[in-house]
Amino acid sequence: MTDIDPQSAALRPQSTDAAAPLLIQLEGISKVFGGVKALQDVRFDIAPGEVLCLAGENGCGKSTLIKIISGVYQPEAGGTMLFDGKPMDKLTPGLARSLGIQVIWQDLALFPEMSVAENIAFEQNLGARPRLVDYGRIRQIAGRMLDRLGVAIDLEKPVRELSIAQRQMVAICRALVADARLVFMDEPTASLSKGETDALLVIVRRLASEGIAVVFVSHRLAEVLDVCSRVTVLRDGRYVGTYPTKGMTQTRLTELMTGRNFDQSVRAADRSAAPAVLSVEGLGREGDYAEIDLVVRRGEVVGLTGRLGAGRTELALSLFGMTRPDRGTIRLGGEVTDFRSNRDAIRAGIAYVSEDRLSLGLVQPQSIADNIALPVLGKLVDALGLLSKRRKAALVDDWIRQLAVKIGAPEHAVSTLSGGNQQRIVLAKWLATEPKVLILDSPTVGVDVGARAGIFEIVHRLAEAGMAILLISDEIPEVYYNSDRILHMRDGRIIADYVPGRDDIDAIEEAVHA
Amino acid sequence: MSGPTSPGNPAARSPFGGFAEIGGLLGFLAIVVMVFALSNSRFLSGPTFASIAFQLPELGLLTLAMLIPIISGGFNLAITFTANISALTLAWTMQAYGGVDAGTGAYVLGVVAALGVGAFIGWVMGVAIAYTGAHPILVSLSMMIFLRGLGEFMTRGGDVSGFPPFVSFIGHGTLGGIPMPLWILGVCVLLWHVLLTRTRLGFNVYMIGSNIEATRYSGIDTRRTLTLVYTLSGLMCGIAGVVMLSRFNSVRVGHGEAYLLITVLACFLGRVDPFGGFGRVLPVLVALVILQVMASGLNLLGANQHLATAMWGVFLILVMVIRWGLARYLPKRR
Amino acid sequence: MPDTTPAAGPRFALPRLGSTERALAVVIALLCLFLALTTDTFFTLVNLLDLLNISAVNVIFAVGLLVVLIAGGIDISFAVAASVVQYLTALALQQIGGGGWISGVLIAGGIGFLLGAFNAALIYHFRIISIVVTIATFNLFFGALMFFTQGVSIYNLPSWWTSRVVLFEMETASGWAELTLPVVVMLAVVFATWLLIRRLTIGRQLYAMGDNPEGARRVGINIGAMHYLAFGWLGITAGIAGLMQAHYAQEVVPNALYGRELDVLAAVVLGGARLGGGRGTILGAILGVALVTITQNGLNLLGVSPYAFKMIVGAVILIAITLSNSGVGDLVTAMKNSARRGAARKADSGVSR
Repeated sequence: MTDIDPQSAALRPQSTDAAAPLLIQLEGISKVFGGVKALQDVRFDIAPGEVLCLAGENGCGKSTLIKIISGVYQPEAGGTMLFDGKPMDKLTPGLARSLGIQVIWQDLALFPEMSVAENIAFEQNLGARPRLVDYGRIRQIAGRMLDRLGVAIDLEKPVRELSIAQRQMVAICRALVADARLVFMDEPTASLSKGETDALLVIVRRLASEGIAVVFVSHRLAEVLDVCSRVTVLRDGRYVGTYPTKGMTQTRLTELMTGRNFDQSVRAADRSAAPAVLSVEGLGREGDYAEIDLVVRRGEVVGLTGRLGAGRTELALSLFGMTRPDRGTIRLGGEVTDFRSNRDAIRAGIAYVSEDRLSLGLVQPQSIADNIALPVLGKLVDALGLLSKRRKAALVDDWIRQLAVKIGAPEHAVSTLSGGNQQRIVLAKWLATEPKVLILDSPTVGVDVGARAGIFEIVHRLAEAGMAILLISDEIPEVYYNSDRILHMRDGRIIADYVPGRDDIDAIEEAVHA
Repeated sequence: MSGPTSPGNPAARSPFGGFAEIGGLLGFLAIVVMVFALSNSRFLSGPTFASIAFQLPELGLLTLAMLIPIISGGFNLAITFTANISALTLAWTMQAYGGVDAGTGAYVLGVVAALGVGAFIGWVMGVAIAYTGAHPILVSLSMMIFLRGLGEFMTRGGDVSGFPPFVSFIGHGTLGGIPMPLWILGVCVLLWHVLLTRTRLGFNVYMIGSNIEATRYSGIDTRRTLTLVYTLSGLMCGIAGVVMLSRFNSVRVGHGEAYLLITVLACFLGRVDPFGGFGRVLPVLVALVILQVMASGLNLLGANQHLATAMWGVFLILVMVIRWGLARYLPKRR
Repeated sequence: MPDTTPAAGPRFALPRLGSTERALAVVIALLCLFLALTTDTFFTLVNLLDLLNISAVNVIFAVGLLVVLIAGGIDISFAVAASVVQYLTALALQQIGGGGWISGVLIAGGIGFLLGAFNAALIYHFRIISIVVTIATFNLFFGALMFFTQGVSIYNLPSWWTSRVVLFEMETASGWAELTLPVVVMLAVVFATWLLIRRLTIGRQLYAMGDNPEGARRVGINIGAMHYLAFGWLGITAGIAGLMQAHYAQEVVPNALYGRELDVLAAVVLGGARLGGGRGTILGAILGVALVTITQNGLNLLGVSPYAFKMIVGAVILIAITLSNSGVGDLVTAMKNSARRGAARKADSGVSR
C-alpha cells in the first residue's frame, strides 16, 4: 500500500464557482478534545440548493464537523465560519436551529410511541411556558410537510409502526418544519432497500429544487452519485479535498478516504478440489432469504456481498443457529445439521463474528480475559468442575499472543481498546472454540484502515490452516482482495458469483451498488 | 464506547480489585466502631458482639438473595415475603407432625420443603422474567403482593408458633463458640463466593448483567441462566426464612419487611453496580457488618426503631450520592 | 392503536382506545355481569356509588403515578409521602387556626410537591435510579413520620375537613345511595392530569422524554424541569389524595397508607403503563384501579375472606404483567423447547422474540 497525494493532478480538488453565493463557508476549522486533534484546518462549503456528499471513514471527524456547524461544539479560535456571507461566532444549538441548520442523525431521534403528526411538528410543543397543544395546527403542519415531499403516511399512526424508510421521511419532515436551509443526513441510506433509497433521492432532489442545501454523510458513492454534484472527503480530522462526483469511482473514493491505494494483489485461488466443509442447499426463510445454495471448502474464503437488507446477515444468523430456516439443509462436513440455537452451532464448529461489535460482539464493560473465555468456559474447569484461574489465564495469554493484540492487562475492560484490537479479541474468543467454519459479518466496521490489514492477515492465516471462511461485507474491495470467490446477494437470493482477478472490481461495484 | 462512559464499576476490574475495594470499607467499619465505642462505653463489649453475631445472619442471607439478581441486571423485591412463606412451610410441616413434639425427621422434611418452596417461588419469577422479558421490578413486585396476600390468607394475619425446643438451637445456640446462624451465613457466603467467582453460572451472571444479547450471541443459554438466578435467590430466601423462624421461634407474615431496604443498601454500599454486571460477595459482606454494627450501636444508644428506619433511608441516599461523586470527580483509572 | 375517530378536526387529540384498555374494559364488563347475576347487591345504585367513593383516593394516586411512569421513572414513596402530608397539613392548619378547603388543598399540594421534588432532585442531579431513590425516601418518610408522631393518630381535625360532604343522595330499596366529595375531587384531578399529559405542551414533552430521552434532549426539552414536573405532579396528587383519605376516614393515622403504593402501582401497570416510559393512558390507569376495586368488592359480596383478596389481586397482576410482554403462546413454546432440550440434551429453538 502506498500513500497517495491528494494534490496530484488527477485528483485536484474542485471548488464551487466563485461567483455562486455560498450558503455556508468554513475555513481553517479545528477542534481539539483533551489534546487530541479531532479536526485540523478543515474547509467546507455548500451553495443553496446543492446536494453534497461528505465522505470519510469512521472517526475521520465528520460528526465533529457537523456538531460544529450545528452549534453543539465551538471550534478552536482561528477559523472562519460564514453563513449567508455573514460571520457567525458563538454558534449555539438554538441559534443554528434558527438559522435553519438541521441534522438528521442516523438514529433519527423520533418518539416511537407518538403519532406521525406530533413527531413532525413537535416543535410546536417546545418551550418552557405551558400552552395548550394545538393538535389541529400540528396535523395541518404535518400534513403540509408530507404533501410537500409527496409522501403518504397516516398522520395518526404511532411512529413505532412505521418502516425505517417511513421514519426517515418523518425525520426529514421534522427538519423541514423548522424552515431548514441546510440539512445534514447521517448515513440516510444505510438501512434502506434500493427502492426506498430511490424514493429518498427523489425527495432530496425536490428539497434541492426548493433551494435547500443537503449534505449526505456517506461513504457509499454509488447511491448518491446521481444527486450529488461534489464530494468532500475528510481523513484523520484533515481536509483531503472536494471533488466532482462525475468521473469518481468507489475505488478512488475509498483511496481518498483511507489514504492508501488498493493496488493489492488478488489472492483468489481455485479450491474446488478441497473437501466441502459447509454446504447449504435450497435454504429459505420466509421474509429473509430464499433458495440459497452455497459451499465453503476447506481453506477457502468465500465473499458474500450485497446491499444492506439483501439478507446477508439473516442468512448468517441461520447458519449460526440463531434463527431456523423454513426449508433446505445445512451440511457441516457432510452431515445434515439441525441447530436449535447458536449453542448447537458453536458445538458443531461454527463461529460468527457479528457486524455489531458494540452490542452483540463483545460484552463491552467486562474484561478482555472474560470476553475471550466466555464461549469456552466448559474447557476451563478443573477436576472439581470449578473454573480454573490458571487455565483461563493460559488461554487468554495464548490468544493475545497469537493474535498480537495490544492490551494493557487482560483485566481491563474491552471498551478501553481501539476498534481494531477489539475485533482481534472477538476473533480470539471465537478461535478459542476451535471452529471449522468462521463467518465474518462486516468485520472491519469501525476498524481503522491500518488495523484492517492486520485483521485480514489473521483471516488469511486461518484459511491457510484449513478453516472455511464466509466473509460478509458490502465493501467490494474488501471481499475482492480477500476472497477466493464472491457471491452476490440481492433481495434474499444469490444472484451472481464472481471470481476476483477474472472479474473487474469496478464492474462488481457497479453491479452491487448501482 | 470508551472507558469513561461505560457504566462499569472501575474498581471491580482493577487487578487489585479485591483488596482495594475492601480496604476502604474496612476503614469505614473501623470509624463506625470507633464512633460508637466513644459514644457509649458499653459498646465494645461481649453482649454487643454477640447481638451482632446473632442478628447479622438473617440480614446477610437476605442480602445474598438480593445480590445475584442485581448483578444480573435485575432486582428481587419479593425476598422478605419469599422468606416468610418458606418459614411458614417449615412451621406447618412441624405442626403437621405434632408441633412442639415434632421430631428431627419432621424438621428436616420441613426445611427441605421450605427451601423447595423458596426455590419454586424464585423459579416462577425467573421464568416470567427470562422467557417473556417482563421487567424484574414488576414481576418481583407482583410476586411480593401475591405472597403477602397468600401468607395473610393462610395465617389470617396471626403468628404461627409452637415448635420443638431444638429449633431454637438453630437460632440461639452456638457451635464451637460461634452462633449457629453465623455458621449458616458463613457457609452461604462461601457458597455464593464460589458460585460467583468459580462457576460457569456465576461467570455468566456477570456477563448477562452487562449485556444479555452479547452473552446470548456467545453461546450462553441466557434464559436458563436468568431462571437459575432467581431460583437461587429464592432458595437463599428459603434459608433466611428457616433461620428467621428459629430466631423468633415463630412466623408472622411481614417479619423482616424492613430488611428489604437494608439489603439494597448493603449491596450498594458493597459497591455492587446498580445497573448490573459488577459486584462481589466479600465487599458486600463487609458492608453488611458495617450496617449491623450501626444498627446494634444505634440500638445500644437507645435510638428508636423508626428513627433507625429513617436513618437507613438517609444513609442509602448518602451512599448513592457519594458513589456519584466518586464516579464524577475522581479521575478514572485507565 | 386503531383510529376510531374520523381523521379530521381537533378530535384527533381524544384518547383512543388501545388494546390494553379494550381488554380491561371487556374483563371488567364480564366481571360486572358475573357479579350482577350471582349477587343481588352488586348491581345496586348504593353499591356502585360506594365503589366510586371507595376508589376515589386510589384513582387520584394512580393518575399521579401514571405521570411518573410515562416520564420513565418509578416511585414507591408517594403513599407514605401522602401520610407525611396529612400530618404536616394538620399541624399547619392548627397553626393558622383551622383554615378551609382552599388553604387545605394548597398546603397539602404544596407539601406534596416538595416531597416529590426531593425525589426528582436526587434522581436528576445525582443520577440515581428512581427505584433506589424512592426505596430510600419511602423509608425516610415513613421512619421519620412514625418517629416524630410516636405512631399517634390525630382525631381532632378541623371540622370542615372531616364533615362529610354529600353531593348527591337518594333513597333506594337497598339503602341510601350517596356520592361524596372525594369523587368530585377525583374528577378534578383526573381532568387536570388529562389536561397536563394530553393537552399541554409540557405534558407532551414529558411523554417525549419517557419515550426517547436522547431524542428529547436533542430537540431541546429541559430534562431536569421534566423530572421536577413528573415527580412534583405525583407529589401534588399524593398530597390531595392524602387530604381526601383523611376526609374519608375522619382521622389521620400515620400508617394508614403504608402499603398502598403497591396496590396503586399494580393497578396502573395493569392499565397498560410501561416501566421505562412513553406509554400509558389515564383511561387505562382508571380501568386498572376499577378492576382491582371491583374484584375486591365482588369477593366481599361473594363472601370470600378478605385475606384472600390480596393474594388473588397479586396473582392477577403477576399473570397480567407476564402476559402483556408476550402472549401465552410464546411462553408455552419457549418452555416446551426448553423442556425438549433438557430431555434430549439439545438446545432450545433460540428464536429471538
